[in-house]
Amino acid sequence: MFNDVYDVIVVGAGHAGSEAAAAAANMGSKTLLVTMNLQNIAQMSCNPAMGGIAKGQIVREIDALGGYSGIVSDTSAIQFKMLNKSKGPAMWSPRVQSDRMRFAEDWRLLLEQTPNLDFYQEMVSGLLIEKNKVVGVKTSLGIEIKGKSVVLTNGTFLNGLIHIGDKNFGGGRAGEKAATGITEQLVSLGFDSGRMKTGTPPRVDGRSLDYSKMIEQPGDENPEKFSYLDITKPLEKQRSCHMTYTSEQVHDLLRQGFDRSPMFNGRIKSLGPRYCPSIEDKINRFADKDRHQLFIEPEGWNTVEVYVNGFSTSLPEDVQFKALKSVVGFENVKFFRPGYAIEYDYFPPTQLKHTLETKLVEGLYFAGQINGTTGYEEAASQGLMAGINASLKVQEKESFTLKRDEAYIGVLIDDLITKGTEEPYRMFTSRAEYRTLLRQDNADLRLTPKGYELGLASEKRLRRMEEKHEAAEKFVAFFETTSVKPEDINPILEANNSSPVNQSGKLFKIFSRPNIDMADVRKIDSVETYIQDHNLDREVIEQAEIQVKYSGYIAKEKNNADKLSRLEYVKIPENFDYSEIKSMSFEAREKLKKVQPTTVSQASRISGVSPNDISVLLVYMGR
Amino acid sequence: MINEDTIVALATPSGAGAIAVIRLSGKEAITLADNHFKSVSGKKLSKQKTHTIHLGHVIDDKRVIDEVLVSIFKDPNSYTGENVVELSCHGSIYIQQEIIQLFLRNGCRMANAGEFTLRAFLNGKLDLSQAEAVADLIASDNEASHQIAMQQMRGGFSSEIAKLREELLNFASLIELELDFAEEDVEFADRSQFKDLIERITFVLKRLIDSFAVGNVIKNGIPVAIVGEPNVGKSTLLNALLNEERAIVSDIAGTTRDTIEDELVIEGIGFRFIDTAGIRETKDVVESIGIKKTFEKMEKAQVVVLLFSAEEFKTESKRLKVEIEKIKNKFPLKPLLIIANKVDVLNDSEREALHSEFENIHLLSAKTGVGVDTLKKKLIGFVNTGALRNNETIVTNTRHYDSLLKAFEEVQKVKSGLESGLSGDLLAIDIRQALYYFGEITGEITNDDLLGNIFANFCIGK
Repeated sequence: MFNDVYDVIVVGAGHAGSEAAAAAANMGSKTLLVTMNLQNIAQMSCNPAMGGIAKGQIVREIDALGGYSGIVSDTSAIQFKMLNKSKGPAMWSPRVQSDRMRFAEDWRLLLEQTPNLDFYQEMVSGLLIEKNKVVGVKTSLGIEIKGKSVVLTNGTFLNGLIHIGDKNFGGGRAGEKAATGITEQLVSLGFDSGRMKTGTPPRVDGRSLDYSKMIEQPGDENPEKFSYLDITKPLEKQRSCHMTYTSEQVHDLLRQGFDRSPMFNGRIKSLGPRYCPSIEDKINRFADKDRHQLFIEPEGWNTVEVYVNGFSTSLPEDVQFKALKSVVGFENVKFFRPGYAIEYDYFPPTQLKHTLETKLVEGLYFAGQINGTTGYEEAASQGLMAGINASLKVQEKESFTLKRDEAYIGVLIDDLITKGTEEPYRMFTSRAEYRTLLRQDNADLRLTPKGYELGLASEKRLRRMEEKHEAAEKFVAFFETTSVKPEDINPILEANNSSPVNQSGKLFKIFSRPNIDMADVRKIDSVETYIQDHNLDREVIEQAEIQVKYSGYIAKEKNNADKLSRLEYVKIPENFDYSEIKSMSFEAREKLKKVQPTTVSQASRISGVSPNDISVLLVYMGR
Repeated sequence: MINEDTIVALATPSGAGAIAVIRLSGKEAITLADNHFKSVSGKKLSKQKTHTIHLGHVIDDKRVIDEVLVSIFKDPNSYTGENVVELSCHGSIYIQQEIIQLFLRNGCRMANAGEFTLRAFLNGKLDLSQAEAVADLIASDNEASHQIAMQQMRGGFSSEIAKLREELLNFASLIELELDFAEEDVEFADRSQFKDLIERITFVLKRLIDSFAVGNVIKNGIPVAIVGEPNVGKSTLLNALLNEERAIVSDIAGTTRDTIEDELVIEGIGFRFIDTAGIRETKDVVESIGIKKTFEKMEKAQVVVLLFSAEEFKTESKRLKVEIEKIKNKFPLKPLLIIANKVDVLNDSEREALHSEFENIHLLSAKTGVGVDTLKKKLIGFVNTGALRNNETIVTNTRHYDSLLKAFEEVQKVKSGLESGLSGDLLAIDIRQALYYFGEITGEITNDDLLGNIFANFCIGK
């Protein structure tokens, strides 16, 4: 059945697998996407939303490189919000609520239209490996499929174990069976594996809820979108979410089930994410809080199913039901399905290179939850990078990596392979040293030229980016060169409690003041005229505003990043023998031996490696 | 590797000597030296050939700091391979520090441990076999600086910074919390509390910076009053101390010293010994005035050394105990060192008797040198345990001083950001920089600290 040798075989078709397959195929590699159930491509196993703080930036980055997540997020959106708009531009974070079914459907249709991409439904139970090099996969039916590289994106399926109260059963997701065989084979090859835990809340029937008792949370008045391309449009109508609270009474009811909770009776041993705790964890750890927020999120345009965000739980279903029933607005609630916790295998990501290729087996790549991450966006971005690198490797081209000051994707992968992770890893803006550089508005400027060079981002994408930034630059130059008279600007300044000026000055200086924004300067005739004459759109105007108002901070971070990146150029040879360096601390030597960083800069980020150790290392690198 | 910044450090061993060499290395080394050097011939250094020496003065604005010899080495023919300037100045610690600080204030950065050698490597001036030899050197250098850090820590300096850093870190976490978890039901960082914290940090940083800038320790030396009768061997003791260390002669204008004084440097810290008469009770009017003066001098001193001869202990132990109590009552917080000199005349059992009768007595023979080293250790111990200056912390390490200055600068930016209502993500840039400089003193900081703090203290996550 499979006589050809594929360039890239992608195992799993979640967010990571779908992006990996799309990237590899779009880069001209003959690609096969193998998954246990082709009906479930790009499922949103958890909440029906894409983006959010730091995650929205990642989706924009994926889009800028030529991935599909941004486009699908736009076409399946039912609500758009730009979070953190009151803060500086580095914090602006796009997020959509999604139509779960449309999201999966749109992904599948996009993949079907992608050239070079074949599909096959079967469980992969093992890898074909010759001399530490992957040569294909084997399915549970015993079929062998030859491939020059393999990307594993197994999500929560590897030996997945679902817990609801004191019941547990094997499964990769509610209603789907777990995958076996791969972990065992990889461990026998010398890989370290571990267990992680995550959870999900109950899904309920929206018709059984009383929304009049809840707080409505509508989308933005002027919604934007993810994709930099104009093939998607901002939403014209949107669906609202709702918010309500738990209460002491709800907490008491939940506590009654604690003795049957797999979290507390020791049945679940693995670590869940601290930032995404279950409701029982929240009331246990933060006992002084008498209520917690619950977000009621519709699962689509038309479906009545809703997602109870904030109520993730693995308590027995009767306890879940009784407690949820006493939440305001949920008095008559009907369950679609209870919440559950799931334990699954992952492989500590320090076993990977920056390309996401494993150090042990050539041509084998890992992406997504298998690396200990959580989140659709984190998974999708790794899939994209693994797909790109698998493709480049087969085509014998130089690998592609992103640095920490270039993209959140760079921060994510560098954190994973350098520091590893003990709990499911989620992106936060505070993980990035240079977040002022990694904004959602400039992902195209940062990454589209790279995507274009890879053959992923289209020429049209590149042109759009260039036009936008050229127009913005010209607009900024206009502010730098145009003066304004005191009589024209002082009324505006006074209205904003900003001290008036005595003589004419450049607009740039006025605009840089903290309490003056674009809306204020647009009251000056010359500015509004410029905008109309040049027919500037929202994106260009916003870009110019950011460049003017935050130029000082952007320059400062750029400077800091440049300083640090010098160490980036000091390479450490492969298999460098650290045990030789006696003047380095024992802990540092052990950690360095384990991680095998490729540059001194990477070495400096490993916990336990001190600046002194780095000085010594630099001496040994003595170029 | 291209290093853009110019670094400065003392190239000769720390401490006082006849001359000291201060080295600058980096692209701007010659230009920066030119800005603060006036050669006797009136020529500019930048116009001079490489490997030449020039006589002139180091000048801070209009003030002459010292007469120096300047050697210039131009890129790439220097130790580091960059432009290098070596200033040979007079060896007093005061002059060394004045010149280094002058350059720190004007565009130079303090060199890290082994950084000159590091640059030499990175610029291909040394080969691999040489590298291994130098690596050992650098390791030992780190050990030395580690020791200094440990001493500072005992002095309370590092722990003071660590405490401030922790408070700042807590606030940084609150700021990050409202950024990364804006959607959640979390409390926001109270800006007025934050302003208070920044005020406190500013105050402490200023005090620490001043403690160095005023340079009580390095500039003037720690005043030590030696109290004792004329015949107990004060001058022999001073000579014994001075014989091993090099005396430095202070020529600082405006400092008037009233009594016979000697200065010496122990492990880089200057001590100024003030001779005083004893405090034996007397009816003689002239002598009574002398006793009053002695107490005045003790008042001004940071450490009091009470020196007796061993014979006195034998015959007049009662009187001595009264005198010790008197000093202790008058200056309960002042470190007091009781020394029995001339112990060479005692036998072993007599020595033991002395120890049991007088708590914490220090036995010494200025003549034979027995106990002199221990005395030095005790004196330096007062600095390191913070017993001096009534437990006020002193910064003596130039590298720390450099970090403190930078932290101060960043904290001022945070302050003005707070005042103008700057948004959290931009405030965070300056806070992170400040934390970074605190971290240079106390150890590493990573972003994981912030997140760990958030997860430990706040209920987050939908």
